[in-house]
Amino acid sequence: MTIKSEPFVVNLGPQHPSTHGVFRLRLTLDGEKIIDADMVMGYLHRSMEKLAEERTYTQNIPFTDRTDYLSAMTGNLAYVLAVEKLCGIEAPERAHWLRTLMCELQRIASHCMAVGIFANDCGAWQTPVMHMMRDREKVLDLFEMACGARLTLNYMRIGGVSRDVPAEFMPAAKKFIKEMPKKLGEYEDLLLENEIIVERSRGIGVLTPEQAMAYSVSGPMLRASGVAWDIRKADPYAAYDKVDFDIAVGVHGDVYDRFVVRLAEMRQSIHIVEQALEMMPEGPVHAQLPTATVQPIGQPVAPLAIRPPVGEAYGRIESPRGELGFYIVSDGSPAPFRFHIRSPSYINLTPMKLMSVGATVADAIVILGSVDIVVGEVDR
Amino acid sequence: MTTVVSGLDIAHRLEQQFPDAVADAAPEAATVESSSLIEVCRFLRDEPELKFEFLSSLTGVDRLEHFEVVYHLTSIRLNMMTALKIRLEDRENPRAPSVTSVWAGANLQEREAYDLMGIVFEGHPDMRRIFLWDGFDGFPLRKDYLIGPGGRFPGLERFPGEPGEPFAGRG
Repeated sequence: MTIKSEPFVVNLGPQHPSTHGVFRLRLTLDGEKIIDADMVMGYLHRSMEKLAEERTYTQNIPFTDRTDYLSAMTGNLAYVLAVEKLCGIEAPERAHWLRTLMCELQRIASHCMAVGIFANDCGAWQTPVMHMMRDREKVLDLFEMACGARLTLNYMRIGGVSRDVPAEFMPAAKKFIKEMPKKLGEYEDLLLENEIIVERSRGIGVLTPEQAMAYSVSGPMLRASGVAWDIRKADPYAAYDKVDFDIAVGVHGDVYDRFVVRLAEMRQSIHIVEQALEMMPEGPVHAQLPTATVQPIGQPVAPLAIRPPVGEAYGRIESPRGELGFYIVSDGSPAPFRFHIRSPSYINLTPMKLMSVGATVADAIVILGSVDIVVGEVDR
Repeated sequence: MTTVVSGLDIAHRLEQQFPDAVADAAPEAATVESSSLIEVCRFLRDEPELKFEFLSSLTGVDRLEHFEVVYHLTSIRLNMMTALKIRLEDRENPRAPSVTSVWAGANLQEREAYDLMGIVFEGHPDMRRIFLWDGFDGFPLRKDYLIGPGGRFPGLERFPGEPGEPFAGRG
């Protein structure tokens, strides 16, 4: 006897702990097997690209905090690098080092969140994520010392950084870097061989290197598929050409390898921060900008905006989630003519259907967790 | 360090392979005819000396008189980068061929360009709005979407408070 059945549609989200924000995954099921996956997004769409066309180049920096809100430093840096490329501004040496230092601290904080929440998705309810939140908190304390904010940092400026770090920052950062490897070792002991995590993530959501490249997947997801591509090495920006680190690469391209790559990257980030603290020179942190013209004596000082020459530039960096690019077109006015964000969270979702068809509902949650999306950056 | 391949070099190479494909060439990007875009993209992806297998970014630009679609390509094997453009003259109804058959990663990016800029990609498997809801009126990233009083386009000609004529807006 055959039982008549029909496909069943499940909405994962928009409000669901596994979607890490307001994001909806519409799964069509045959029994427990996924036969179709459709993504519904835009709940957090703020049209930043349009807003940016009405604001000056400097006024747009805070927007870049609010795209990827778990990694504001890298958002800032990608944008200011694109504008510096357009204007031909070179930041001073110390600013390069401060940028490198801050971006790596940010990567540790962001990966703490990614790995902790991923363990949550696997069923290790709250314990690992609480431990990792504790360590992320220490990075946020360091950011608070440096720029007064914890989440939306607005630290980078076109031509440098907003201010030098205070005297108490360096000892605190050194203390953090000394403690962190031990904590990381605890997490590795707890999670890497954990049977539940291994069983739930190994062999799930596999992307071959060819698929990963064809689908424009970047960051830890691409490296987990075995492609040793890291923009910090391939196209060094800031002071990455002067520091020594390894690219963490996976083998199988599955969810487990993505998790292992993120943990390994945190170790490399600690190594980079150590070198940055050691090698950072003294000096100015901000370059002279072309806006500063001589004011006639007795005239009120008028605000002057940066006006890049007519042209276009694509600046890209390795954010914790992948290739973060800013494509900026200038028409010579103080506001960008076109401001486009190539956001890794959004583009890494492209193979979502490929990865989840044939898996089960429980796998879909783990696969989405392994992509590590930030919905602010997906929707922009 | 990534080698940035000049649009002039790419145009030169393309001219040898496809005599009618190149429309314009500038150092930042080569512009090709949209009718030959797919074969050009396939060539750039498969040619052993180029191997642009990774589509970094795809986006549209509203140039007031026409639209542009800009493709930023990365060659992971050879560590190179270049940009490619097509020009869409029909402002009312811009249509471009979809490159999803060449790079699967274009899927969501083309949907975004359709949603916000109104460029229809022919041959795309699923050409729907993505961020805005179905039935949304207009395409917000077009320059004439929020046209101001006196027919000015949005944008800043001058930072408010800078010396000069009263603020009039762009366009």
